[in-house]
Amino acid sequence: MSAATSRRLMEGSEAIAEAAIAAGCRFFAGYPMTPFTELLEHLARRLPEEGGTCINAESEIEAIGMAWGAAATGARAATGSTGQGLSLMQESLSEITRAEIPLVVFNMARGQGDYFQATRGGGHGDYRHIVLAPIDASEAVAHTQLAFDLADRWRHPVLVMGDYLLAHTSEAVAVERVAFDPQPSKDWAVDGSLGGSGRSRNLNPIGMEKGSKGIDPDRFWRRLQEKQDRIEAAEPRHETFATEDAELVVVAYGTVARFARYVVQELRAEGAKVGLFRPITLWPFPSEALAACTAGATRVACLEQNAGQMIDDVRLAVLGRAPVVPIGGISTDPAGFGIGRLLDAAVVRGRVEAALAGRELDTGVVV
Amino acid sequence: MSDDLRVIQTDSPPAEGACRTQGFGSPLQLSEEHDLCPGCGEPVALRAILDAVETLDLAQRAIGVVGIGCYTALTSLIDLDLIQALHGRAPSVATGAKRMRPDSLLFTLQGDGDMVNEGLQEVIHAAARGENVTCILLNNGVFGETGGHMTATTVLGQRTKNSLEGRDAAYHGHPILIADLLSRLGGAGYVARASVHDAPGVARARRYLERAFESQMKGEGFSFVEILTMCPTGWFVPTAEGPGYLDDVLAPIHQLGELKRDGALVEPD
Amino acid sequence: MSGVEIRGTLVIDGERCKGCELCIPACPPAVLRMSEARNGSGYAYPELLPGCTGCGACLMVCPDFCFEVYRYDEPIVLEGGTP
Repeated sequence: MSAATSRRLMEGSEAIAEAAIAAGCRFFAGYPMTPFTELLEHLARRLPEEGGTCINAESEIEAIGMAWGAAATGARAATGSTGQGLSLMQESLSEITRAEIPLVVFNMARGQGDYFQATRGGGHGDYRHIVLAPIDASEAVAHTQLAFDLADRWRHPVLVMGDYLLAHTSEAVAVERVAFDPQPSKDWAVDGSLGGSGRSRNLNPIGMEKGSKGIDPDRFWRRLQEKQDRIEAAEPRHETFATEDAELVVVAYGTVARFARYVVQELRAEGAKVGLFRPITLWPFPSEALAACTAGATRVACLEQNAGQMIDDVRLAVLGRAPVVPIGGISTDPAGFGIGRLLDAAVVRGRVEAALAGRELDTGVVV
Repeated sequence: MSDDLRVIQTDSPPAEGACRTQGFGSPLQLSEEHDLCPGCGEPVALRAILDAVETLDLAQRAIGVVGIGCYTALTSLIDLDLIQALHGRAPSVATGAKRMRPDSLLFTLQGDGDMVNEGLQEVIHAAARGENVTCILLNNGVFGETGGHMTATTVLGQRTKNSLEGRDAAYHGHPILIADLLSRLGGAGYVARASVHDAPGVARARRYLERAFESQMKGEGFSFVEILTMCPTGWFVPTAEGPGYLDDVLAPIHQLGELKRDGALVEPD
Repeated sequence: MSGVEIRGTLVIDGERCKGCELCIPACPPAVLRMSEARNGSGYAYPELLPGCTGCGACLMVCPDFCFEVYRYDEPIVLEGGTP
């Protein structure tokens, strides 16, 4: 049990690195890329101090390969990148999911353009990952530890979605160890001990089994899908603020939701009937909860920093019971890191007010 | 049953006065049944690998990381802990596993398409890092699983399904001699090239594999054993001509022998 | 009167054999030959003639794990030799 209860000023990347170590992560591999780089830096410094290993891999493809191998031995292992690097990793992520290897992956994204990549599987085949989207560094500390817990519990990859703002903003954070229920034994992990016993293991993504020729992909994929159905039922997470009597429900996730939360609180204090729904897991998407808390709404506004991705899931949850309008949009800085003018409480307020008034918005123009 | 009276009955073991010296498969095999083509060299190489693990008494410390090729079908026979990797990616998967299990014997099993085409950077970096694993290449100079297509190790003049008139340097480029390349990297401690086209070749393959595994267990860094294997299907020759084809076409370019031992280059004879 | 010394013998799983013939040239005393008969899969398979030394070369080169090798405690001498 950690005695660390005091807060310390640290950037999100450092908070995540410390949380990963608190969760027992002892292997990390990565390739530098903004805004993910600092997470790699912190783990490169800290993991060896904790008896772990951090490898500066030759590419993102090798980074996830190394993390795959480490996780296959039962160690808590992670990798990460930004969305571009995650694209390189997708082939492995697909296979890792099918081989049921628990792996934690951090996407320090450039804005919110990677929502589809994160929530639609991202690679080849029929699968989804669990995706956690922390709103700030403190929640990232909790989510990082939850990610390792869920990955082991389900033997399934878990993605933690951050961004430039989360990775680079320094906040006062306490890295406290979160207690979880006991985990099942990792008797599936390869340690080399069962050679010659007739019970040796094969961590196999294509359904091959020891001692029998050929595979039965139909049965194999159905079994994996059955597990994903259970995850989808068990793991949706969300947070609401003032949605009970809201005429307008704003939906936002990640650091963008922090701006939305501030604005919704401000408008509520002024008497506006507006609420906030924040998906905490992007997959499984909290559809039922969103449907329930928008049942009485006259309008749903989707604030996301992209051309419109999460809005698909919002519309699938609302199912036409109320109009769903986009109030976010593409908004980035000249370097493309996603620090655009949308990330401004005044701008977000203007858009939420427009949605409240039922005015049409040109989301291509940041006012 | 032949009606030739000289033919010895081989349906069952001799009744008495004899002892079994070798079984059908390795003790580290779960089965002897597989669907690879007649005359394939890969099951022969697999047995050499398992024999080396058995001889060194490392079965209960061994973890294999397997690529994608015909040999992947053999993994269901192997009674060792295995991780099935992607095409080309076994060396990095082995790296992560070995770092977390430093006392294990970590080996990869890849074909030439897997290692030298798709995943060339992986094996080069693993060697340069001196990653303490043994990478094993089954090199037959073709993509066997797809039916005989050119790989990065196909030798000049070799006919494949996408180099029908033979590999032409001007048009298709030159083959990569991967063992030679890896032997020049500082992190590589042991590098050798063997074959399984005849019994002395198989014996040599076993010997090299044992040396590579011993090198790994002593922590001497990256070790590498390339094994030339027959693919009569992909070479478009009768099975009985496979060994001769290997000897005449592949081996003059991918030359057999140890290239590096104890971290020092071995001078050619 | 010449004799053939037999130091070893084999169990051959002819049903598993795929008829590749790799064992034929691999046998140092050259006492393996392919059958005229065919197995259930339609392949010829190796047959053993007198003179096996039990060296195991056939087993080493066989891709289909068709050989089991035995060595006699005392060599058997087959009188009459080769015809």
